[in-house]
Amino acid sequence: METIAIKKLAEVEVNAEGYLKNMSDWSSELAKEVASKENIQLTDKHFEVLNWLRTKQAEGVPLSIRKIGNSGLVDIKQFYALFPGGPLKISSKIAGISKPASCI
Amino acid sequence: MKKILILGAGMAGTVMANKLLLSLNKNLWEITVVDKDENHYYQPGFLFIPFGIYDPEDVVKPKKEFIPKEVNFILKEVQKVIPENNQVLLKDGVVLTYDILIVATGTVPVPEETEGLKGELWYKDIFDFYTYEGTTRLAKKLENWQGGRLVINLAETLIKCPVAPLEFTFLADAYFTEKGIRDKVEIFYVTPLSGAFTKPKATAMLNKLMDEKNIHVVPDFYLQRVDNERKVLISYDEKEVPFDLLVSIPVNKGDQMVEESNMGDEDGLNFIPTNKNTLQSKKYENMFVIGDATNVPASKAGSVAHFEAEILTENILSYINGLPFEASFDGHANCFIETGFGKATLIDFNYTTEPLPGKFPFAMVGPMDLLKVTRANHMGKLAFKWVYWHMLLTGKKLPVTTHMSMTGKLVEN
Repeated sequence: METIAIKKLAEVEVNAEGYLKNMSDWSSELAKEVASKENIQLTDKHFEVLNWLRTKQAEGVPLSIRKIGNSGLVDIKQFYALFPGGPLKISSKIAGISKPASCI
Repeated sequence: MKKILILGAGMAGTVMANKLLLSLNKNLWEITVVDKDENHYYQPGFLFIPFGIYDPEDVVKPKKEFIPKEVNFILKEVQKVIPENNQVLLKDGVVLTYDILIVATGTVPVPEETEGLKGELWYKDIFDFYTYEGTTRLAKKLENWQGGRLVINLAETLIKCPVAPLEFTFLADAYFTEKGIRDKVEIFYVTPLSGAFTKPKATAMLNKLMDEKNIHVVPDFYLQRVDNERKVLISYDEKEVPFDLLVSIPVNKGDQMVEESNMGDEDGLNFIPTNKNTLQSKKYENMFVIGDATNVPASKAGSVAHFEAEILTENILSYINGLPFEASFDGHANCFIETGFGKATLIDFNYTTEPLPGKFPFAMVGPMDLLKVTRANHMGKLAFKWVYWHMLLTGKKLPVTTHMSMTGKLVEN
């Protein structure tokens, strides 16, 4: 059986703002480590959102708060409650995906 | 005869009709344009109306002046597209067929999307300026307004002309200063973005301007509802911003017919999934999408639609001739940003290159300063109205390259 070493935050490459450079370095353990820096204790609901974000990112779908509100997982208010402050920026960082791009 | 059908006679649709007429064999192809509104609005001019810089009549002309006589122009509303049958159903029941469809139905502000925005204060103390009605009503309001707390709010990040709210704010500062009541007006710029803009260099420059002009920026504010009784904006995380006068940029949506046709993307805003380089619909090979109607990650702006029209004309010719698409849109946008007191700045960027400082080489006119506030940039912005009516809509070549050029731009390492 092939085993994949779970990397700690100190062992992975991140950009200046703390976003993972390689989506594949992500693990749920790593997510917890990043979340704790944002003072967030991850629950199952958090992970549902994180996994959804990773799936959409892999499909090349541009992400927005509105899209998450339409996902059926959480409404926008719940999304803010899970990731207070800037929910899309913070959840993207914890999900190990790039910072959401804006068109302007 | 084969048929090209263009939905929408705004800027993108009008330019496409003109360009295709010149490029296609008239004996083989018939071009038809459908639009519900007989008026063509010079939308960049809406910005100037509240401050009395333009009069309402400066920005309106009949659409038919810009549609060539050889093109059929149908003044009716579209109900929906039935792509599987290559048909478009009009509201009056008439069915049009096509070989190639170009969707250019744009975007509109939809204040109804936000609770309380279009409530009892609408057009009393709450205004938009992206519509003819909104901007003309706001002009009347500002004439007699004695001051207080002016709040400019973007309800969504994805809006038409992302720089116009900034320009409005700078022009408001100048307007109240010149009126002698700036000390009675507090200006707040309340945005769901993390700052005045998004890309780092332009944001730093624009944040500094905001600061110099004593405009308060409230970032990361995502509007949930408007309390009309208390005159307060409330965000999804329950932050509040009170206002005396609210200038709102409501949620922008694509045309209702996109929803009826079930052609929108997952955002639920009726923007159509479109290949960002070829401008072909992601779902239907004989459907192309241009301008504000697409979901490509470029600004929803006239300059973008103009550059897209150059690309799309080439690609439609390739498609007709059974050749692979060769022209590729790079996300190029070029925008003058009014900063008040007869000055403006200029940004030029694309999908991958953020707005950079330096010089922009306008052919014939000479270089203009990027990310710097100058009088010449303001003159460029005003001159654009003439260019728009006389050159751009009818598909004439402009002194700007279709693809973004790095010539003149300063790149730091």
